[in-house]
Parts: sequence; C-alpha cells; structure tokens
Amino acid sequence: MFSSKSLTSAARGALRSQQSLRTYASAAPTAAFAGKKGANGKYAVTLIPGDGIGPEISQSVKDIYTAANVPIEWEEVDVTPILKGGKTVIPDAAITSVKKNTVALKGPLATPIGKGHVSLNLTLRRTFNLFANVRPCVSIQGFKTPYDDVNTVLIRENTEGEYSGIEHEVVDGVVQSIKLITWDASERVARYAFNYAQSTGRNRVTAVHKANIMKMSDGMFLSACRQVSKDFPGITYDEDLLDRVCLQVVQNPRPYSDRVMVMPNLYGDILSDMCAGLIGGLGLTPSGNIGRDASIFEAVHGSAPDIAGKGLANPTALLLSSLMMLRHMNLNDYAANIEKAALSTIAEGKSITGDLGGKASTKEYTNAIIEKLRK
Amino acid sequence: MLRNALASATRPALQARNATTLSAGFPKVTHRLPTKYGGVYTVTLIPGDGIGNEITDSVKEIFEHVNAPIEWEQYNVSGVSSAGEDLFKQAMESLRRNRVGLKGILFTPISQSGHISWNVAMRQQLDIYASVVLCKSLPGVPTRHNNVDFAIIRENTEGEYSGLEHQSYPGVVESLKVSTRAKAERISRFAFDFALKNGRKKVTCVHKANIMKLGDGLFLNTFRRVAEEYKSSGIEYNDMIVDNTSMQLVARPTQFDVMVMPNLYGAIVSNIGAALVGGPGIVPGCNVGSEYALFEPGCRHVAQDIMGTNKANPSAMILSATMMLRHLGLDNLANSIASATFDVINGGKVRTADMGGSATTSEFTSEVIKHIQ
Repeated sequence: MFSSKSLTSAARGALRSQQSLRTYASAAPTAAFAGKKGANGKYAVTLIPGDGIGPEISQSVKDIYTAANVPIEWEEVDVTPILKGGKTVIPDAAITSVKKNTVALKGPLATPIGKGHVSLNLTLRRTFNLFANVRPCVSIQGFKTPYDDVNTVLIRENTEGEYSGIEHEVVDGVVQSIKLITWDASERVARYAFNYAQSTGRNRVTAVHKANIMKMSDGMFLSACRQVSKDFPGITYDEDLLDRVCLQVVQNPRPYSDRVMVMPNLYGDILSDMCAGLIGGLGLTPSGNIGRDASIFEAVHGSAPDIAGKGLANPTALLLSSLMMLRHMNLNDYAANIEKAALSTIAEGKSITGDLGGKASTKEYTNAIIEKLRK
Repeated sequence: MLRNALASATRPALQARNATTLSAGFPKVTHRLPTKYGGVYTVTLIPGDGIGNEITDSVKEIFEHVNAPIEWEQYNVSGVSSAGEDLFKQAMESLRRNRVGLKGILFTPISQSGHISWNVAMRQQLDIYASVVLCKSLPGVPTRHNNVDFAIIRENTEGEYSGLEHQSYPGVVESLKVSTRAKAERISRFAFDFALKNGRKKVTCVHKANIMKLGDGLFLNTFRRVAEEYKSSGIEYNDMIVDNTSMQLVARPTQFDVMVMPNLYGAIVSNIGAALVGGPGIVPGCNVGSEYALFEPGCRHVAQDIMGTNKANPSAMILSATMMLRHLGLDNLANSIASATFDVINGGKVRTADMGGSATTSEFTSEVIKHIQ
C-alpha cells in the first residue's frame, strides 16, 4: 500500500517534469478543414444516407442544398459493414471517399445485432481518429419544452476514458473496467475546444470533471486543459464538478450560453443527451465528430424503422448537422441562410412534421424551407 | 479454493432478507439496534463544511424544541485541509459506537496532493452500501416540472469510486471501476425491498452495459436475476441506458418510480433529480448498511458560495433527520417534524432564497417550530 503510493507520487513527479519539456505534434489548430474545390467549383462531400429513415432525410438535405446553391457535390457511399479476415470493417470504397474528401455527412445507422459486429459508429470513430464530439443544443422556437432558454455547446473526448473497452473478470463475480485517460488525447480535445470557442465567439471554456474522486485520471484531464488554456489568453477558463453542472444546467441552463464545456467521454455522453432532452430530444440536435483524418457530421437519433419509407420523418437533426459541416468548411453564409429558413419554418408551425406536433410530410416540410430560401 | 471460501462467507449474509420487518421509509438492514441509554439515543453529528453548520443547527434547534430523545456527539470535521484527519478518525470511532449518524457534506480537494474524499471513505469503511435519495415535487416549490416522485437507490461503495488509479506510463492513467456480483445483488435486493415497503410499482435499473459489457453487464444481469425472484410481488422492472435516462429525466420525469444504479450514475441522476424538484436544499437522503446508518442531504453539495450567510435551506437536512428518527423507531416524532416542514414549504409564506423567497435559515427554522403540533 505504502510502496505503491510512493511509486505513484514518483511517477507523478516524473510526469510533471516531462510535461514542461515536452511539446506536442498537435500544436497546429486541430483538424481545420483544408479541402479544395474540384474542377466544377464545388467541394466534394461524402454522404452516408444510413438505414431506416436515413435515405428520406438525406434526400431532404440534398434538395435544400440544391435550392440554396451550396457549392457541394455529394458522393454517396454505402457503409454496410463487411467481415474481412474475421473483423468488422467498412467497405474500402467508403473509407477512400471519406479520406479523400475529409468531410462526410451521415444519417442514422442501425447497428447490426449479433456477435462479431463492433458498433459501426465505433468503427468509424477508430478508422478516422474522430477524437472530439461536438454537441450544440439550442432551444428551437416553435417547439415548446419546459426550457426555452437553452444554448449549450458540449465537446466530448471521443476515443478513450470509460469507453476504452478494457475490461476483465478478475475472479468470478468481480469485474474491473478500466477508464483510460491519456495526456495526448486530453490535450487534443482541450485544444479543439478552445479553438471552437474562439471561432464561435464564446469566450469561456469550462472543463467538467470528477477530479475530487478520480484524482489522477480526471486530474490529468484538467491539467491538460489548464496547460492549453495558457495558449488562449483571450478565453476565460474554469473548472466545474460534474455534479454541479448537472444540477445547474437542469435548474437553469441560461448561464451556460456563454461557454463551451469540455469533458471526458462518459460525462460527455450523458450530459449531451441530457441537454438534448432539455430542448425536446435527439430529433432536433445536431452533432459533429471531429477527427485528425476526417470529420463526420451526423444525426444522432435512431433509424426509426417504424416510420421508414412513409415520408413522415423529421430531417431537422441531419439538416442542422450539415450546417455544422458547412461552418466547419467555412461556408458560413450558406449555413446562416439555410438555418434561418429552417428555424423560421419550425417557428411558424404551419409545415412541421408529426414529431413536432404538426401534420406535414418530410417533403412538405422540405418544400416549405426551400420556399423560404427563394424569397 | 479461496474463491469458494470467500463466496460462501459473503453470500449467506447477503441473502438474509429482513425486508418484512421494516418500518416506514427504507428497508432496515441493520442487524444490531443503536445504543440507547436511559431512553436516549446517542447519535454522531458531523455538521460538515460549507452550509453544514447552519443547517445542522437548525436540526438541533428543532430537536430541542420537541424534546427528541437524542444526544448528539458532535465532531466538527472539516475536509478543507488534511489537518482534520485525527478528528475524522475520532468521528469514525464515534459512528462505529453509536451506529447512527447525521452529517453534512465534507469538502474534498481536487488536487492530487490533497486527501481522498472523506465522504466516500466513510461510506466504504462503514459499508453503508445503499444511498437513498428521494425526489418529490412539492406544491410550494415552483419548478419547471410537476408531479415528479421517484427514489434513487445508488450503490455507494464500489464502481468508479474505488479510488484505484495508477499511471502506467507518463501521460497514461488508468482508473479502475470495480463491479462485483455480491454488491450488485445486495443493492438490487435493497431496491426491490424499498419498492415493496413503500408501495412503489416499478424498479428501473440504470446502466451503460452496451459499452461496459462486463462491468455494467454484471450489474444489469444480477439485477434481472433478483427481479425474477420478486416477480410474485407484482413489482414491474425495466432497465435504461444512463444517457437515455438523463434525457428522459429532463423531458418526462414522471415515468420513473424507483431507480437503482452503480455509484457514478447515482451522482449524476441525483443531481438531475434534485434540479427537477427544486434543488439540493429540499432533497433528503441516507446511507444504509447492515451495521450502520448515516443520514445526509440526498444531493451532496458543500455550497461554499452561500456559507455563513444564513441563507441556506435547511429542509433537506431536517427531512434527513426525520428519516433518522424513523430509523430509530421514533415515528411519531418524525411525522410531526416532517409534516411541519412540508406545511411551511407548501404554505409558501416563509421561503429561503433557493425556493424564491427571502427568509433566512433561522426564520425558516422558527417557522417550522411554530408549525409543530
């Protein structure tokens, strides 16, 4: 007991001295878009329509983009997993397309149930080193929930933490699950969070943690954030306990509209869905996965097989995700235009889909947005 | 060999069900009765940091007024510096002696050089494995949701709070989450016993077994096995992934009744729950094990920001103290104090700042005393 304690403190000392010496290769602003327009003056973007309602809502996004003259050419690929050498993999064509374009838009995927299949989302995450998940939640005018003042941005570390997948049964009935936190991954997501804050005009970054209990793991996450914060003097940095954030966001989300929250994997997973709950569920929340080799923007809701093919699905989440993508590609004006058209269509409430309390079909909702774009 | 010996040593104790002998509130799993001399119970009191002193003073004042047969053994432990360790140990001795305690929340430093959480240490050392937190909407506390009424049963002694962490290589830290079948089983039983005892209809297991297939998988499978045993009692059960749970909680909280979960999810869910019904100031709680029972506010915040300003809402502490009285079998006393507290809250005339009023802690306390019949 005592010997292990003194060992860890020695290791900690070693880390401290190393941290001050080491600089990291990721010092460049992470994962900025560097794509070039093709010969036809358009950016190529990979589109993964997905399963269930995926094709319908993807069509809706494509129609709206055509109407708004967005300089994007879609490259549709299929990611139905195949087994290669006993491993679940994505077809090569899809990987090549995403690698080449570095940007992709993805509809919902139904995870095949059965042994041998790793979740497809996990496979995508690993294949393209998608290290940060960005989840903005903004109250949508025209869709009433108990909360009408939500405007949060949450950035979640996406590659390690509680989701490391390292688990073992020590003896019968005793399981150890390992939460893995590395300095590199923490620093990388922190840097992205500060960059995101800077580019979106939020001048505060809050690291959410449980370092009072997990002193070393969450402690290291915090010290990585602290170190990165020194490179961003214009942005206020603070830290808050997971408990307090849960309590305060649910009591009154308004104070969180001035900042970006950054946190390890599990906390991010739980809090991002909680924030989505505040504004009315996953049908209205966009999501972006930022990676070293590519960035994938997606609707995080399910594939809704019960209404698939009926033309009733709500494409808002995928549309809003695609707008995050446009902003990632610095096509801000197009994003702003489409956003205005979509949000005002929902606010008016005349042509909204069933899940928002309306009667419109996917097509009618899409046309209403296109109508507004033409004005 | 060793494994079998260990298993047989622990199992009979866990399977001993004494749910049928319970009194009101939570299942009483304590085997030995608390010490009672000359009709007076000795109870360890640890006010804690932050607003702890103010809200425990309120309890003491009320108990004095009703002449409760309680003698306090007070330890002003503070977690702000590690210097309080000796006093903390004395307090633990006292708790072991008295077997019942009332406490506020102790501050835990974030820095690695600081001491470990004494709140967690207490729960682990005393093996008070079940945390019970009651979230119920009160008509007198306006919030964004109505008709919330659920109980959170949280495993208190293992999981992410194992405290086992190491740095395997500079810049690479592993933190161990320990899940055991024995502890999953006793907390699941506790949850079902609680549901039975309190006339609740449904128990929901909260987990993340889709990702932590072994760890949370063990918890979920054990829960399901225990649920089968309680099938005849007519209590429904289901399970829900923790991220979906937190989304459902803020959107449709009325679907929940009793919820049972591993340690960390309990921290998250109890805070969301508290926020739904009006904040940490009105959510009572307790930690129970087979030997000891420790009562503390359900939503564990030190609240250093309003410390010493006489603004804190003592309701959570008062209600936790009434749960303690019930545990001691002093039901009448518990009921009269609890109903006086609810009367004051629902009357809406004297409210502390967190409930939208301007009354001080002491004004609220005297109002409660006025309402005690």
